[in-house]
Amino acid sequence: MKSPRALVPIVIGLLLLGGWEWFVRSGRVDDVLVPAPTQIGEWFWSALRDGSLASATWVTMRRLMLGFIIGAAIGIPVGALCARSSLARDTIGIMSLGLQTLPSVCWVPVAIIAFGQNEAAVLFVVVMGTVWAVVIAVQESVLSVQPLYLRAAMTMGSRGWHLWLRVIFPAALPGVISGLKQGWAFAWRSLMAAEIFVVILSGFGLGSLLHAGRELLRMDQVVGVMLVVVGVGLLADLIFFSPIERWLRRSRGLER
Amino acid sequence: MPAHPSSESNSQLTLRNVTKRFNGRSGLVTAVEDISLQVKEGEFLVLVGPSGCGKSTLLSLLAGLEQVDEGSIKLDGANVVEPGRDRLVMFQQDALFPWLDALENVLFGLRLKPGLTDAERTEAARYYLDLVGLADKEKAHPHELSGGMRQRVALARSLAPNPRVLLMDEPFSALDALTRDQLYGDIQKIFTQRKKTIVLVTHNIREAVCLGDRVVLLSPNPGRIRQVFNIDLPRPRRINDPALATLAADITTALSAHLAEPKEGLV
Repeated sequence: MKSPRALVPIVIGLLLLGGWEWFVRSGRVDDVLVPAPTQIGEWFWSALRDGSLASATWVTMRRLMLGFIIGAAIGIPVGALCARSSLARDTIGIMSLGLQTLPSVCWVPVAIIAFGQNEAAVLFVVVMGTVWAVVIAVQESVLSVQPLYLRAAMTMGSRGWHLWLRVIFPAALPGVISGLKQGWAFAWRSLMAAEIFVVILSGFGLGSLLHAGRELLRMDQVVGVMLVVVGVGLLADLIFFSPIERWLRRSRGLER
Repeated sequence: MPAHPSSESNSQLTLRNVTKRFNGRSGLVTAVEDISLQVKEGEFLVLVGPSGCGKSTLLSLLAGLEQVDEGSIKLDGANVVEPGRDRLVMFQQDALFPWLDALENVLFGLRLKPGLTDAERTEAARYYLDLVGLADKEKAHPHELSGGMRQRVALARSLAPNPRVLLMDEPFSALDALTRDQLYGDIQKIFTQRKKTIVLVTHNIREAVCLGDRVVLLSPNPGRIRQVFNIDLPRPRRINDPALATLAADITTALSAHLAEPKEGLV
């Protein structure tokens, strides 16, 4: 039963690619504006061979990981604080809710003025993109922990840190993980914005590659980099978040 | 809170003029009013009554999850002011932690009990899982167990740290009749073997008569003690025993007679 399910999207994808190739080759459209899949493939191959794609991906991933980890490291305790104290919830919580709706590109001018055209500016934008979503998700998932668990744990003598680490955190974990996943998606978006707008010499990331493609009028490069960006996002989900979520659901009986 | 036997009498848990109010939608609501009660060492006491009689509130007060507004609750002479492992609770839903397996759930309370080695804790957890007939399920997560098995794990979890008093908040109400009857048997067996002091809250009068040494009938609005019945039937008792049914019918009559009485302030 499994092979037909994988087969159908592959066949449809190949048909679409074939149609696209044929459409561009038939000369109905300028291939400077719409490159054919093979042209994108050629760019991809050459960028792989000269190492520019790998180094750009590496630079981008390093920034993403660092920004995401900092964002999560700030967001998780702050979210927990917001869940615990109504004062924090009414101040930091409300502020997070507001800032979460702010598109992360809006942090770019702030970052450039505050830090200049450098690595710190990029990191700042990524952290700002990540942290608010994580704060909100952690706050909500801690607040929705079943009171029954807390009552049961407290009668058994659990208090303070023990209660947080052994009961509240594990109970809130599914919500925290989906918050981190959302934070990751926001981090990824804000990083692309930062890399396109912040021109820095310290590292040439995927966003910079995309921007360079625009300046050279290389549509094949632009589309190629976009596909890599999509691929990285998908891969992070498939090899990192999805397995964790599946494990959580399975071990708690939410899925067979 | 070390356990030391009370010198003045053999009553272990003492409630004196306990009153508890809550802020409801229509102002202050008195949940329980002027409850005085003594639970003896090794006694199985059942609080029974219709919804709104404050029986669950009373149990929360005993557990220390809520504080009394007036009066006092004492266990072995010491005031009950917070939750503690000398009074463990079995809740209506099993309240097992879904991220831990059965053995780890039973170990949760034991791990918080000082003065034991890890080996002793594991041994105790296994002993109690075995006592409730689930020795082969120690690696199962709550979702892999039936409702009855989950309540058994919850029972093992409450018994394992060896509390002075076991508090039960309608732990059988969500189970099917067959499983429930089985658990009545198990609880009585454990009660007789372990000589545990138990306070059970239920709205099921038959269940009350089946399990209790003493049944305290509460009446609602506000919750007050209506009548106390001593149950002298021999153990183990069976839920469909005719003598038990007769007694349950008497208590039901007493309750409905009270509910039919006209009350001041009510239509």
